[in-house]
Amino acid sequence: MVKLPKDILGLRDLSPEQIQMILESATSCKDIFKRDIKKVPTLRGKTVVTLFFEPSTRTRTSFEIAAKWMSADAVNLTVSSSSVAKGESFVDTAKTIEAMGVDVIIIRHALAGTPKLLADSVRSHVINAGDGAHEHPTQGLLDMFTMQEKLGRIAGLKVLIVGDIMHSRVAKSNIWGLLKMGAQVSVCAPPTMIPPGIESLGVKVETNLDKALAETDVVNILRIQLERQNKASFPTLKEYSRLFGVNEERLSKARPDLLVMHPGPANLGVEISEAVSVCNQSVITEQVTNGVAVRMALLYLLTGGGNQDAILH
Amino acid sequence: MRYCIKGGEIVNPAGEFSGIGDVLVDSGKVLAIGRDLPIEDAEIIDAKGKIVCPGFIDLHTHLREPGREDKETVLTGTRAAVRGGYTAVACMANTQPVADNRVTIEYILKKASEAGYARVYPIGAITKELKGEELAEMGDMAAAGAVAFSDDGKTLTNPSVLRSAFEYAKIFGLPLLLHVEDPILAGTGVMHEGYWSTVLGLSGIPSIAETVMIGRDIKIAEYTGGKVHFCHLSAAGSAALIQEAKKRGVQVTAEVTPHHLSLIDEDLQGYGSAYRVSPPLRSAEDRDALQKALRDGTIDAIATDHAPHTLEEKHREFPLAVTGMTGLETALGIVWTELVVPCKLSPAQLIEKLSVNPARIINQPGGRLQPGDPADITVFDPTQEWEVKAEEFASRSNNSPYIGRKLTGKVVTVLVGGEIKFCNEKFAE
Repeated sequence: MVKLPKDILGLRDLSPEQIQMILESATSCKDIFKRDIKKVPTLRGKTVVTLFFEPSTRTRTSFEIAAKWMSADAVNLTVSSSSVAKGESFVDTAKTIEAMGVDVIIIRHALAGTPKLLADSVRSHVINAGDGAHEHPTQGLLDMFTMQEKLGRIAGLKVLIVGDIMHSRVAKSNIWGLLKMGAQVSVCAPPTMIPPGIESLGVKVETNLDKALAETDVVNILRIQLERQNKASFPTLKEYSRLFGVNEERLSKARPDLLVMHPGPANLGVEISEAVSVCNQSVITEQVTNGVAVRMALLYLLTGGGNQDAILH
Repeated sequence: MRYCIKGGEIVNPAGEFSGIGDVLVDSGKVLAIGRDLPIEDAEIIDAKGKIVCPGFIDLHTHLREPGREDKETVLTGTRAAVRGGYTAVACMANTQPVADNRVTIEYILKKASEAGYARVYPIGAITKELKGEELAEMGDMAAAGAVAFSDDGKTLTNPSVLRSAFEYAKIFGLPLLLHVEDPILAGTGVMHEGYWSTVLGLSGIPSIAETVMIGRDIKIAEYTGGKVHFCHLSAAGSAALIQEAKKRGVQVTAEVTPHHLSLIDEDLQGYGSAYRVSPPLRSAEDRDALQKALRDGTIDAIATDHAPHTLEEKHREFPLAVTGMTGLETALGIVWTELVVPCKLSPAQLIEKLSVNPARIINQPGGRLQPGDPADITVFDPTQEWEVKAEEFASRSNNSPYIGRKLTGKVVTVLVGGEIKFCNEKFAE
């Protein structure tokens, strides 16, 4: 029987069988959405803490809803970055939370590797909700779940990721997950945003967006982090948009059934035009919905155990 | 006290005698060295099956005193030194206050003499408070006993200040020990920039951060006729630049640490902060190039960059953990296991890197066993396997990624100035 590790720190650590199991469980969880009363007692008596060291509304809320629909007790803890600056020990914070009898800790942190430090320090399950430029495994899972749902498969798909690959944990988790599940992955960005050694992961690198788009089944467009402008990765937003923005004109030259994805929140008019974000091919809002399903599945599999049917009782 | 170190394999590349033999020690000096020496009333130190060599000299130790006695003191650091086979250590200037003045140099020497274990050679700062702006009082520090100058921990970014430092240091004939990493290229990096920084999502320090500074500093040394020694090389390209400069006759020497010879970026996979060092552990290709450069003589010395830190400063989020690892007590085991056992370096070459060349670079006695030389002698067992254990460190800190590793090659007996300072895991009182 396929089992998950104690912690979900990244898709690099998971096997294709484990990823497949999570995606299948997420399908069962999504059935709950159709019900009038979207609450199952599966995780009653379990405590889930979201420990966010970086501001985030979407991911935190998504985890919170997932936990609540499974009847777990969900507690939100937002730790300001100032307490880190004050020299508060992270390991100490982690031990304190564990001591309160928490079953799952969901952590977001600006520094890569911190979820690993947490996982090594506590017996509770740890789910990485994004750490620096390392991984964002639940985003990778929900992106794959959406592709599977819309296109019926992952294996053999050609997926293009556009944007700041260098600083993107979403790109990393997509790359690991998709490659494990048999998709072909390309990335497209200015070379200043392509991290070293990315080809060694098994990824194709492209700097011409029109060329890259022509052959792809799915395009996943990453948010340009406006605050990173000072890194001199590109001259101006206008130039970035002209070279790497996905707009209607570009989309019209791509395959008509191209699936358009974005992890949000989008800078409309920069990496994606508003028209593209709401076009028929866009599944951006479904991604958000699927995020809840995938997170429910993960919480269930980590704490509840094996039986698929148990989710729905 | 008279000792006869008997029947060991004497590895003594700078002296006249090597091979199975005895070393007779009297009144702090080597009295005789050779086969079947008359023992007379000497106390015998049986060295059969062991290697007997001139004591190791570390060009790069952080003793942390004054200022950070919670990490290390001159006493604990020099005990760690002799446990690792070091009879002398050159200690870096980045103490608190900085060793940029005579008083601090004298304080360190006084502490060393009170401790009475390894010899301590203080290194003075190049610039006041390591700020890279104004020259420190090199003459005053040299008079007090500084053996070299270094702003280690910080790169001297201002080329004009570096130029002046080279020119001024010529008065004393002392070398500048340079820590080279362009801080702008290094940026916020915390590990080697490459495949593994991409996988781990940690920001990278490109190898060019080191090589561009080495290229610049070689040119400045060459122009001024100064003596330059490069600390802890990490990148393949640095070795290539130094090899070329040596061919041109530039007065350049270089060191590499046991960790850069044995560990790589891939070892950071579990985000273990014990692996966070400056400069960072680089790729397997860099490590291989450093091993080769050590073998072919481009790199002159193995230096530990022994950098003790408290658990509080080390056991935390990887990018927030301080850089550095301890090294004095594991150096021999690491290089013996990683380089000598697989025949990448001969025992004689190893002693050149650990003892002969360091003595030459800072122009101090040692590095040789010849009648009349100070009896600074290390005896080690080249076949003994041992496990690195946190609780066994003599250092006050135990921030070592080698804990739990099995190494071959263990220091047995160490004499400093003809006195036994360490023998079979026991220290002289």
